[in-house]
Amino acid sequence: MSKDNNPSIHIMRSQLGRVRGLGAAKTGAAHWWAERITSVALLPLSLYFVVSVIVLRGADHAAMASYMGEPWNTVLFLALIATLFSHLSMGLQVVIEDYVREDTKRIFTLLVVKGGIAILALASAISVLKLAFS
Amino acid sequence: MKDVREALMVGRNSEGKLVRRPLSPHLQVYKPQISSATSIFHRITGVALGAGTVLFTLWLVSAAAGDDAFSVVQAIFASWIGLLVLFGFTFALFYHFCNGIRHLAWDAGKGFELPDMHRSGRLGIAAAIVLTVAFWAIALLVG
Repeated sequence: MSKDNNPSIHIMRSQLGRVRGLGAAKTGAAHWWAERITSVALLPLSLYFVVSVIVLRGADHAAMASYMGEPWNTVLFLALIATLFSHLSMGLQVVIEDYVREDTKRIFTLLVVKGGIAILALASAISVLKLAFS
Repeated sequence: MKDVREALMVGRNSEGKLVRRPLSPHLQVYKPQISSATSIFHRITGVALGAGTVLFTLWLVSAAAGDDAFSVVQAIFASWIGLLVLFGFTFALFYHFCNGIRHLAWDAGKGFELPDMHRSGRLGIAAAIVLTVAFWAIALLVG
């Protein structure tokens, strides 16, 4: 932010646009809602995950495969992965948008982080499926 | 100014001249309070859990890869540094879980009174500690 002592405004934006508080994307509420909905879903799912971790401590490949092979566990782990990584993606997006100001840097950081999260999510889901059908 | 966000930082004085609005004092000068501390800690634990998902994925991928890879990963998790990281991970998870419930309550318009907020803040921290200790007690001591 420049520290000029005689500020003036050179922004091509109407007063109405400023009042509505909407940028070019014309959205924002959907992101907010999706963050809340995934967080509500994660309340039971994360407790299920914690219990699973205790059950699976010291498990070998065969024990993991038989656990993930139970239909309930396959479904719940896939649901956990989908919800967890989308919640993470949305949450980190907000953090990045808050702290990384410069456009190029922000877009680059968002692409790297969101791309990385998508890869982690896919790898996790495919591993669960591979265990379930092994 | 070229950045649209700066438009909000400029106002007019009584003579109609554009002036830069005064900025509020920055974060460091405020006394830490339970409301601000729980809020920033929610974000910190959220980011930490994000880093922790790499371990989650590593756990599943190595398990799917077979016993050789899985035993290596489990040995790393069972080492003292692994256990320390996992301990931090579980505390972050339980804190984010408990404080997240506070946020959902606020989203529903409940619990905004200061005494309620302070109480729920302390309760959230205490619950996170209790859950973390309970988790490790069960994980390490039970059967």
